[in-house]
Amino acid sequence: MPQHNRKVEIGQMDEARAAEITAEGIGKTFGAFRALKDLSLDIRRGEFLTLLGPSGSGKTTFLMILAGFVDPSEGRLMMNGKDITNIPAEDRSYGMVFQGYALFPHLTVEQNIAFPLKVRRRTPSDIKRRVGAMIERVGLGGHEKKLPAKLSGGQQQRVALARALVFGPSVLLLDEPFSALDKNLRAMMQEEVKRLHQETGTTFVFVTHDQSEALALSSRVAIFNHGELLQIGKPQDVYERPASRFVAEFLGEINLLPLEHVSRNGSGATGRFEDRAIIFDQTAEKIGHEAVAAIRPEHMHLTETPPAGCNAITCCVEGTTYLGALTKYHLKTKTGTQIAVSMPTAAMSSFHPQKDVWVSWPTREGFLLPAGK
Amino acid sequence: MIAKPSGKFLLLAPLLLFLGLAYAVPFLGVVRWSFTLPEPGIGQYKAVFSDPLVRSVFLRTLRICLIVTVASLLAAYAIAYVWVRGTRTQRMLAEFCILVPFWISVLTRAFGWLALLSNRGLINTWLQAAGIIGSPLALARNELGVIIGMTHFLIPFAVFPIASAMRSIDERVLLAARGMGASRSRIFWTVFVPLTYGGLIGAALIVFVFALGFFVTPAILGGGRSVMVAELVYLRIFQSPDWGLGAAISVILVLFIAALLALMRRFIKPAHLIG
Repeated sequence: MPQHNRKVEIGQMDEARAAEITAEGIGKTFGAFRALKDLSLDIRRGEFLTLLGPSGSGKTTFLMILAGFVDPSEGRLMMNGKDITNIPAEDRSYGMVFQGYALFPHLTVEQNIAFPLKVRRRTPSDIKRRVGAMIERVGLGGHEKKLPAKLSGGQQQRVALARALVFGPSVLLLDEPFSALDKNLRAMMQEEVKRLHQETGTTFVFVTHDQSEALALSSRVAIFNHGELLQIGKPQDVYERPASRFVAEFLGEINLLPLEHVSRNGSGATGRFEDRAIIFDQTAEKIGHEAVAAIRPEHMHLTETPPAGCNAITCCVEGTTYLGALTKYHLKTKTGTQIAVSMPTAAMSSFHPQKDVWVSWPTREGFLLPAGK
Repeated sequence: MIAKPSGKFLLLAPLLLFLGLAYAVPFLGVVRWSFTLPEPGIGQYKAVFSDPLVRSVFLRTLRICLIVTVASLLAAYAIAYVWVRGTRTQRMLAEFCILVPFWISVLTRAFGWLALLSNRGLINTWLQAAGIIGSPLALARNELGVIIGMTHFLIPFAVFPIASAMRSIDERVLLAARGMGASRSRIFWTVFVPLTYGGLIGAALIVFVFALGFFVTPAILGGGRSVMVAELVYLRIFQSPDWGLGAAISVILVLFIAALLALMRRFIKPAHLIG
């Protein structure tokens, strides 16, 4: 493509405020290793989509394919209905925040943020205005003339965000941007990114291996493992109704009870665990005779006598962990299944169970997962 | 086992002893000659700055060294780029081209260039046989020959610091520039090259300092017609017994190089020079 047309293309892509992207059957092989397998996914206009998974799950490979730095081995990528599979990174014109920020070490804060505008041959006055506004927006006033090495981690992060957003990209890609920050700074930057998403209205695609970050920030979360997309949905849906055991366990601690004699019952189901009937108000369509009950620790309660109207099992207390606001109980059922229950510490002040207790949870909480791994 | 600090100095002792006996003591002797021969005083230093012949040799040396430095840097940058960022085959080829000249003695290489560049050398013979030129081109036994020979010798010394600077560039910084829409040439000139300035300065100083003291290559490829400072010292001491002037020129050269090295330390860490 001649240079002349390329510039026009960049200009046009800038016009579209927020883009929608469709991945159709994307696959990527590195030698004998299949990093991504037949991935199909819609990224909606203006949403905050998080790609979540352990390392090696394919989430970063997919982000690099979106950015155009890596070519997919199969499948295609559509943006706003146009095939962009073969458009190189420099012509896609997306904003990107890299792990470790990748600031230009020889350029000042101002020059770093001005770089994408200079590439687009904006006028000096336009560049000055936009860079000034962006520096203001991310709270870097007074640091304009500093080199990146003179800034703290959080400030470098802000420069990276400003540089990626200053030219009004239709998509912002973020590759584990907070992994180098300490806990407090991380929380602050998460708020900042959330605010920038709302202000710009741009489509954000965010990669992380931190499930709490994913749940806190996203409009939707896509969970990856071994190069496959396992589930995509709103944070609440994937957390409370995971489709598989991996998703259930990756999103947070969960208790798993093997059930027998499971049978559907209207929209719900019943099963047996250690001679107790376990009831579910809702269940997925496909559930076999044997299944696993999955209940988050925060949905379970401890009592000394069996409560009415709840699922309940007996356990003995093995130990407790004090976590400040929460206290976590480590329990074991009669047949040896491990259970963890977190209760507000304030509610437990008058309750000091020593041995056998009742663990209960409402029938609307908890869900069934297929037996086996 | 880790040696105590005093133990480490003990390990350095043979080197310090050798440097002291082989360099420091003889150099002090040279300094003494420069102030005592043929008679005590600073007359030889005055002569260095007033003698038109000595002055022209100094100016020629500086000119040749500057040209050689620029030429070596340009060639070394290209070689280092291929060596650091090329494909596997390109890297191996670059490594071969850097290391093989390293293993061949400076004398052999100077005579090799003479065989290529002299009036009856390969280049002139071929060009004449092909009918491109009538009479041989003056490629050797002049300044051009000296510059070609010295540049060839010094390129590897420039490659190491430049390649070291190129290797330490974070690949993601270049990706980031691409992602922002920058063309390859813009990335090269506004990101890649500025990030190698440290290596370039180090390489320039190394090449320049080495070039200042060159003796064999200018003596052979210059054919006595483009004498450089080191050769002048040799001539003064061995051919026209004028030890005092030769010594004074040596002392000035050593001081000049020491000043350049001090300057280099301010720009670049010694470790970067080795790669």
